[in-house]
Amino acid sequence: MAEKRIRVLVAKPGLDGHDRGAKVIARSLRDAGMEVIYTGLRQTPEQIVAAAIQEDVDVVAMSLLSGAHNHLFPKVVELLKEKNAEDILVLGGGVIPEADIPFLKERGIAEIFTPGTPTGKVVKFIRDKIGEKV
Amino acid sequence: MLEKEKWQELSKAKENWEKGTVEKALSKFKERQEEFNTGSGIPIARLCTPLDAQKLDYENDLGFPGEYPFTRGVQPTMYRGRFWTMRQYAGFATAEESNKRYKYLLEQGQTGLSVAFDLQTQIGYDSDTPIAQGEIGKVGVAIDSLADMEVLFNGIPLDKVSTSMTINASAAILLAMYIAVAEKQGVSTEQLRGTIQNDILKEYSARGTYIFPPTPSMRLITNVFEFCAENVPKWNTISISGYHIREAGSTAVQEVAFTLADGIAYVEAAIKAGMDVDDFAGRLSFFFNAHNDLFEEAAKFRAARKVWAKIMKERFGAKNPRSWKLRFHTQTAGSTLTAQQPDNNIVRVAIQTLAAVLGGTQSLHTNSRDEALALPSEDSVRIALRTQQIVAYESGVGETIDPLAGSYYVENLTTEIEKRVWAYIEKIDALGGAVKAIEQGYIQKEIADSSYAYQKAMEAGQRIVVGLNKFQMEEQPVKGLLRVDPAVGEAQVKRLQELKKSRDNAAVQNKLADLRQAAQGETNLMPYILAAVRLYATEGEICNVLRDVFGEYRPVEIL
Repeated sequence: MAEKRIRVLVAKPGLDGHDRGAKVIARSLRDAGMEVIYTGLRQTPEQIVAAAIQEDVDVVAMSLLSGAHNHLFPKVVELLKEKNAEDILVLGGGVIPEADIPFLKERGIAEIFTPGTPTGKVVKFIRDKIGEKV
Repeated sequence: MLEKEKWQELSKAKENWEKGTVEKALSKFKERQEEFNTGSGIPIARLCTPLDAQKLDYENDLGFPGEYPFTRGVQPTMYRGRFWTMRQYAGFATAEESNKRYKYLLEQGQTGLSVAFDLQTQIGYDSDTPIAQGEIGKVGVAIDSLADMEVLFNGIPLDKVSTSMTINASAAILLAMYIAVAEKQGVSTEQLRGTIQNDILKEYSARGTYIFPPTPSMRLITNVFEFCAENVPKWNTISISGYHIREAGSTAVQEVAFTLADGIAYVEAAIKAGMDVDDFAGRLSFFFNAHNDLFEEAAKFRAARKVWAKIMKERFGAKNPRSWKLRFHTQTAGSTLTAQQPDNNIVRVAIQTLAAVLGGTQSLHTNSRDEALALPSEDSVRIALRTQQIVAYESGVGETIDPLAGSYYVENLTTEIEKRVWAYIEKIDALGGAVKAIEQGYIQKEIADSSYAYQKAMEAGQRIVVGLNKFQMEEQPVKGLLRVDPAVGEAQVKRLQELKKSRDNAAVQNKLADLRQAAQGETNLMPYILAAVRLYATEGEICNVLRDVFGEYRPVEIL
């Protein structure tokens, strides 16, 4: 039987239009052999969670550069819990001050990747985490 | 000696140098790389000589400053007359907070204002819209109505400053609010100077704050052209922007090509709407990015001026020399700034400032060192402004016009960029123009490909970013970053609710109904928007009327 490929939803929550990072991550994960679904811009937490469940993904990777991360990222984790989908790994990236990271991790975001992160690091993190579960 | 013989002799001398002196050196010591390329992938020769510029015809290709084809600059005296406008993009939190920052910047010697709006203002939602929660006041100032705009410019005389506003899908509405504030200050529309970005095409391809589909969006844009030609003659009605295309990951060549292709689409739309090209072309302005690749960047600006002049004169038959001029604002490249060792960003910005000035910019925003971490703090903004002031007052680069002209390398690069830009424009023409190319996802795909190629090159160590993939070190988190208080959002929503109680709601509804009817027809919408704005109709209410009539843009997602 073929090995199950890791499925990732790359998502842009909120109104932010900066999608360079999201697209680079999406392509990198795809090149690393994962199945990637990209939501496009302006997704509400509800839309992201609905897409994650419908697409049966292992990972939700959100990118945000507008500063609304403290509001939007935890919201996605909460909604996943409500839908009994808390096993989905939630990641965040973008312009996120160091000082906000402990709060976000406490609220269930597994890791925050800040500007300058090599894409390989994200790939490895996902493989390690999902590998643990399988 | 005959001209031809002279070139042959030089060519032979160069060959001898390569086979002799160079070979000898290479046998002992190889060059750092097999080949050298600019960021746009243009091969860089080891040495440029007069051979590389031999086809250049001075009068046709370069000419004189202030004259066609403007390769050497749009003004006859350039920075000997006056320096570029130093214009720092700013705005955050509430109108009060931003008003304070503007006054601070003006006190520090800034010469023009540049307003950053928050995302829901840019996308035409009021602050009480559910999707706006968490975004209020974050990337710019929150403006719901004329009441906020009055506070934003409180104590700033609009006949004395020039104001640039980064607003696109809802540009007509924010311009109307600016005019209404001026009316209250007793300043006539003829006196107003400034720019609205008003460039929807790059929102679709690179920046993301679109609202309506292309056809009604182009109508709103041409409505502004027409209205300003009659009423606000000193206003730049659009800032056709390559900045965000570049930030999204394009190369320098693509930045110019896609921007000028967008420019062609706007000119065509205005002509189709019945305007004479010379009635609006002089008020078109541009906005480019300045990266680290110093010579390619300076050459890029020179090439852009030359190509646009040719487009306006030859393709559109513009007669007024003003219509041929590509006047532009520049911003240094946010995407080149690193979160690692952020003080290094001051040096990057200084190089980028030089590129913009050597390229002949009309105005400049310099980024702050901490922008990869958060919105800039006041200290960081001051250093960024000082960087411009040092280049202007101490470096001497502004004392003669276009000092790089005649450099074999820079002239060669200028010609090469120009050639590659024309090739892209032809390709986009063949696809049916910029609007069609965007609808098909062509431009988005080109940008995403370049962005990914850059990322790969960086991760492979082929492109070095100091502090990021070389010369790294352990660092402590940066202190003193700017934070926008979450209470700003609640306060803004409260303000909005109070406004809706205190204004004449029946009159507002009347004006909104008039606007709806006008939108369904073909008339210019600016007077209707202005009438609604004066009575404190909110931006969200006006946009919702237009959403009803025009529908909303649904993008194609290109990975």
